Amino acid sequence: MGAAGVVEQGGPLLSVRNLRQYFKIPGGNVVKAVDDVSFDIMPGETFGLVGESGSGKSTTGRAVIRLDDITSGSIVFDGDDISGKLSKEVAQRLRTNMSMVFQDPMASLNPYRKVIDTIATGLDAHRPHMDRREREELVYQMMDRVGLSRSQANRYPSQFSGGQRQRVGLARALIMNPKLVIADEAISALDVSIQAQVVNLMRDIQQETGAAYLFIAHDLSMVRYISDHIAVMHLGHIVESGRTDEIFSHPVHPYTRSLISAIPRFNPQVERDRHPLVYDAKAQGIRYDEGSYHIVSGTHSVLATDQQLEAWVD
Amino acid sequence: MTTSNASPFVDEDALFRPADFMAHADTDEREYANYSYIRETVNRFLSNKGALVSLVVISLIVLVAIIAPLVSPYSYSDVNSSITNLPPRIPGLEQLGICDGTQNGVDLYAEAGIPNEYHFFGTDGLGRDVWTRVWEGTRISLVIALIAVVVGVLIGIVYGLVSGYFGGKVDIVMQRFTEVLSSIPQLVITTLLIVVLQPGLANIVIVLFITGWIDMSRIVRAQVLKCKTQEFTLAARTLGVSSRDIIFKEILPNTMPQVVVTFMFSIPNAIFLEAFLAFIGLGIPAPTASLGTMINDGYNAAMIYPYQVLAPVMVLAILMLGFNLFGDGLRDALDPERS
Repeated sequence: MGAAGVVEQGGPLLSVRNLRQYFKIPGGNVVKAVDDVSFDIMPGETFGLVGESGSGKSTTGRAVIRLDDITSGSIVFDGDDISGKLSKEVAQRLRTNMSMVFQDPMASLNPYRKVIDTIATGLDAHRPHMDRREREELVYQMMDRVGLSRSQANRYPSQFSGGQRQRVGLARALIMNPKLVIADEAISALDVSIQAQVVNLMRDIQQETGAAYLFIAHDLSMVRYISDHIAVMHLGHIVESGRTDEIFSHPVHPYTRSLISAIPRFNPQVERDRHPLVYDAKAQGIRYDEGSYHIVSGTHSVLATDQQLEAWVD
Repeated sequence: MTTSNASPFVDEDALFRPADFMAHADTDEREYANYSYIRETVNRFLSNKGALVSLVVISLIVLVAIIAPLVSPYSYSDVNSSITNLPPRIPGLEQLGICDGTQNGVDLYAEAGIPNEYHFFGTDGLGRDVWTRVWEGTRISLVIALIAVVVGVLIGIVYGLVSGYFGGKVDIVMQRFTEVLSSIPQLVITTLLIVVLQPGLANIVIVLFITGWIDMSRIVRAQVLKCKTQEFTLAARTLGVSSRDIIFKEILPNTMPQVVVTFMFSIPNAIFLEAFLAFIGLGIPAPTASLGTMINDGYNAAMIYPYQVLAPVMVLAILMLGFNLFGDGLRDALDPERS
């Protein structure tokens, strides 16, 4: 997918370099949630960020949209450096051009605000003197686009199902026509049939608007379905990244291999013989801080030492 | 939705039958009228029977408290030593043999030389009309409680919002301040302040306010802390909503149920505290009446002249029940998830 977006050649829309996000915890310890992460997102493409719970993928998403102040590194979005303190104009551009869809459809909508007001949050923040009719019309158009009926505009979130709420969250994120949407486990809380609906909806919208997605998920098969590029995160590091077909046809890093080996197959004969690979960084003597990024082919890169790479590529 | 003939199940075996989908199709399309939040709240409130009754009761009490002292032929402060401790006498009811102004078979009204007068709740030890004094006292008590609680609630909400939302050093300083204030026993603060400021209407309001806002600020702060890390607040931040709008549009409505209930419980509390101050002799100075001072006066003679204490106690009890039911109904009405 992404054929509509990738035609635009040129610089990346989002460029993250050496992003570090450390959290101090009581007792003087420091949690290195994200440690030296770099990646680029091209305009209009879908970038999948996968990894297990606690691998730092959500923290990366939150750092990119500046919900948290980052420890070090640089984030350049659409030509603006957004890693330091934001000037008023840069903040304005960041807030209108980048938005986020959250994981929990119950908690991500304010129970005291009607859906129409929730969707219009961005409009109210950036165009406060907008005509009431115009605002209503924009919200209705957005509701049509995400598959909600206009008659539902005056309901409260408690009157919706989980899938509908996630559509509301998506509409809220899309109302300002952002160039980048961060979907933080946006479909993880939905059941599988609704996941498919929402993912297909996101793809359709991408084809219409050319928005880029940073798609954060732990479900590899879903990420494979939607992403152009994939980065696999583990313990705060990106261990392997590349185009979706590169990652799935030639997984190099043992962690990636173990993740892929864990995907259930549809063919019962294949499934019967499937043996998930076990990955244990300590037992296998892999230390992420010793490795460096090696290009395997094209955009495909792996975090490894020279010896490890030699051993893995065979 | 047809079952195939090859199915091993006959219709009677089917636990689930396909519903007539079209009959329900319009359920999801049901239009929700675009009422304002306030109008929806009012509608929800009015559909709550208990709340409606409490609203009527409170309104009645307030109305009588305003009108009764105006139309009463007696003033709340007229002392008349010849008509002390008269029992209640109410026109209409006296034909039935109750509230007819007699005690132990003796018509005290005739004895006192006023056979044509009616003191609905009787008179107290100084010959003052209890009916007039009860409503005058209700007035004063309500005014004291309302002013003190409203001011306290407003300050408490702002304090809690600021302390909870901005967190960090601001929060630490603000919380230590409230802790210092609340670590001094309420009794000590109130007594000292009343002694310094002299008893009086304004000063009692000030005392009630000083000790009253801390609870509210804590409740609001707790709610803010809960809401500010929730995803809907984060979503507003990622969309560039200003702190002011996040506080007032996203977080404040979520604190409302707790605020309203605390508010409604605070009113009877304030009336009680005022009554307590009266009890230890720091209440509103005589001859001004409040429910508290009346209960304390009546309490001395409760065994002999029970009506003197019964009248203000009944009004106080109904008032408190009313405020609690009212608060309950209002909380439900403010919360769209409960309806």
